[in-house]
Amino acid sequence: MTVKNKTNDVKMKTRHLLGGLVIVAIAFSQIGCKPNNKGGNSELAGDAAQKVYVAPGTHDEFYNIVSGGFNGQLSVVGLPSGRTFRVIPVFSQSPESGYGFSEETKPMLNTSHGFVPWDDSHHVALSTTNSEHDGRWAFINGNNTPRIARVSLKTFRTEEIIELPNSGGNHSSPFITANTEYAVAGTRFSVPPDDKADVPISSFKQNFKGYISFVSIDKNTGRMGIKFQLKTPGVSFDLARAGKGKSADWFFFSTYNTEQANSLLEVNASQKDKDFILAVNWKKAEEYLAQGKGKKEAAKYAHNVYDDKVHSATSIMMNEVMTLDPKECPDMLYFIPCPKSPHGCDVDPSGQYIVGSGKLAAVIPVFSFNKMQKAIATKTFDGDFDGIPILKYEAVLHGEVKKPGLGPLHTEFDGKGNAITSFFVSSELVRWNIEKLEIIDRVPTYYSVGHLSIPGGSTAKPWGKYVVAYNKITKDRYLPTGPELTQSAQLYDISGEKMKLLLDFPTTGEPHYAESIPASMIEKNSVKIFKIEENMHPYAAKGEKEAKVVRKGNEVHVYMTTIRSHFTPDNIEGIKMGDVVYFHLTNLEQDWDVPHGFAIRGAQTAELLIMPGETQTLKWIPTKVGVTPMYCTDFCSALHQEMQGYVRVSPAGSNVPLIWGTGKNPVAEAEKKVAKK
Amino acid sequence: MRTSVFTIVFTTIMIWGCGGAQQRAEAPETSDSALLKQEEVHGAEVKEIALNNPLDLAMIDEGQKIYDMKCSSCHKLTEERLVGPGWAGVTKKRKPVWIMNMITNVDMMLAEDAEAQKLLELCLVRMPNQNISEKEARSIIEMMRKNDGEK
Repeated sequence: MTVKNKTNDVKMKTRHLLGGLVIVAIAFSQIGCKPNNKGGNSELAGDAAQKVYVAPGTHDEFYNIVSGGFNGQLSVVGLPSGRTFRVIPVFSQSPESGYGFSEETKPMLNTSHGFVPWDDSHHVALSTTNSEHDGRWAFINGNNTPRIARVSLKTFRTEEIIELPNSGGNHSSPFITANTEYAVAGTRFSVPPDDKADVPISSFKQNFKGYISFVSIDKNTGRMGIKFQLKTPGVSFDLARAGKGKSADWFFFSTYNTEQANSLLEVNASQKDKDFILAVNWKKAEEYLAQGKGKKEAAKYAHNVYDDKVHSATSIMMNEVMTLDPKECPDMLYFIPCPKSPHGCDVDPSGQYIVGSGKLAAVIPVFSFNKMQKAIATKTFDGDFDGIPILKYEAVLHGEVKKPGLGPLHTEFDGKGNAITSFFVSSELVRWNIEKLEIIDRVPTYYSVGHLSIPGGSTAKPWGKYVVAYNKITKDRYLPTGPELTQSAQLYDISGEKMKLLLDFPTTGEPHYAESIPASMIEKNSVKIFKIEENMHPYAAKGEKEAKVVRKGNEVHVYMTTIRSHFTPDNIEGIKMGDVVYFHLTNLEQDWDVPHGFAIRGAQTAELLIMPGETQTLKWIPTKVGVTPMYCTDFCSALHQEMQGYVRVSPAGSNVPLIWGTGKNPVAEAEKKVAKK
Repeated sequence: MRTSVFTIVFTTIMIWGCGGAQQRAEAPETSDSALLKQEEVHGAEVKEIALNNPLDLAMIDEGQKIYDMKCSSCHKLTEERLVGPGWAGVTKKRKPVWIMNMITNVDMMLAEDAEAQKLLELCLVRMPNQNISEKEARSIIEMMRKNDGEK
């Protein structure tokens, strides 16, 4: 692509010398900023096209569930094709479906701060049983206004969102334990406790705490609840992973800013030679809880649940949270020194090795769980940090991968005894043997890879086959679209000895972490319709017989049905200025892929997209006297264009009676006229 | 114009209908116990139906309820055509098996049955799959027979 840019520059010069020079200068400066493209395109597999081609009408091999980053949502992508199938609204409103706009879904975005229609979603965790994918739920974090969401892999909808009190920047989240007992949430920004938060910022060391929430997950329903919060010293928790197998009772969190700086962290939080990985024995924490060592503290947080039968969400405000103070709970927490500002903190499939990735470090340290157990037993400590023992680095170290690359961030596992680590600064993926700590292979990424993802690569049973690099810089990889570009991802084949580039594909939002799961574990469970018989929505109209318009003071409730291709009622009169109109639409269809849409002129919310058998509500406050059209927005049949209606709005105090109907059948009328002739 | 739109829609539906999932790799095992199974009631051909004499009142009642919820938006009980044809006289015009398949196996009917195809040309909206089981469809027929004056 570099060559192509230069050709373009030559053409430009002939037309306009000065302009051309400027472009050349820009082109060079861009190339200058890009990491070296080592070895040109030699990393591209010769049969790449064949390997990513998914023939028309056939399906991809994997679902790739991808965090949306600053769009706050979750993307569903197919691998190996790289095609995006859907963006599931989670933490952000979606005018396309009405999520966060409809009366039923608004409570999903409720928080202790009120309605928060956006977040920054970073990490996906697919539910596991024995640390292996079970295909039930996807969890994802809201980073800005700390929250965890649970998304059903049957409906591909957000079913639950829980807010996290005493947290700021829910980054170290929502990583899960082996049997999905807990999703964790370590606060990235230490904060003073919510109910005693008005303190000087300079009192950081004294008043700020690094809260880690353990959110329990019901094994049958998936329902979440904050079981307890650990009040750890004020550091920044970055990423985390649960142990597996023999280490399954433990959780590991990377930390930075152990300097406990509260300003100019770029410099002040990079002073120490080593930060820590915090090892948490969560089974021990449960024991302390059972012994009554927990303390309830006042904390306000929202818990929002969507119900598929009522087709509505409820939001409950919680008022207290259980906390555990490590000072009263010995043998529960240990610090492992880790060079330097560690980011990723990844546990291999066996549960024996914990890989730290120091963003600023020149090595990748690999810690041994066995050695850690031994060091704890023999109290091989190197002092303590705020009362928490620091294990001796050498005593817990399996070994270091030397000179792996620059800026290691994250590590995933191929299930064949190897790890693949992403390097942001040197813009590459590096594969290395876990036992021998030897580098096997490296490939460039385009450009500056952040997270990487191997199907099942964080589980005890990686599916392997591919690795996806989610890059932070796109530059010239696609057709340019102005200053703002799509985010670039690359798919590599890792089945052979050398990693081979197969595909570049654009993504939605700014993906951070993603997971992939075989399509066969998900697709057969995908819900096609909601059964109309099971619709328990209080404003459902289950059949046109139940369609009606009811006035309650200045509230008007329209019980409206949709079917190909008409609304009932489709003519309404008697609405007055000052009224608040609720259109409760029930889609009577019972066939897969036949949603109807609903839009009305001047609505200051969005459209509704109503799935078969579902009821959703659009609130409309008329702003003008007159007749207002409404229509179906989802092409539903050959007569979709005819799916429309009118609402007459009269001045406040007018005596136009409330009438409504589907009207007479003009087709029949027309036929009668023809017959008479 | 309408015909062309219709053709596109129809073709799309046909293609979509044929697009089966072909697995490219080994299918891993998954625990079905944790996952609710979905029954797919649509698409099985009904070949024979025995009629009752006299009519079964409980079935008429069930048929009426289903009609109110899932059918009445498009079908009137008179001869008048709304979205689909009115139901008056339908049990005289069509065999019960034909009606059953039109309700529970509409893809096959629109692909193979000339009468069904004629109706689609007239109404321009495909008879939808309303997720009605064979037993429920049988109750609807009982209710249609009552509508046509049988006792």
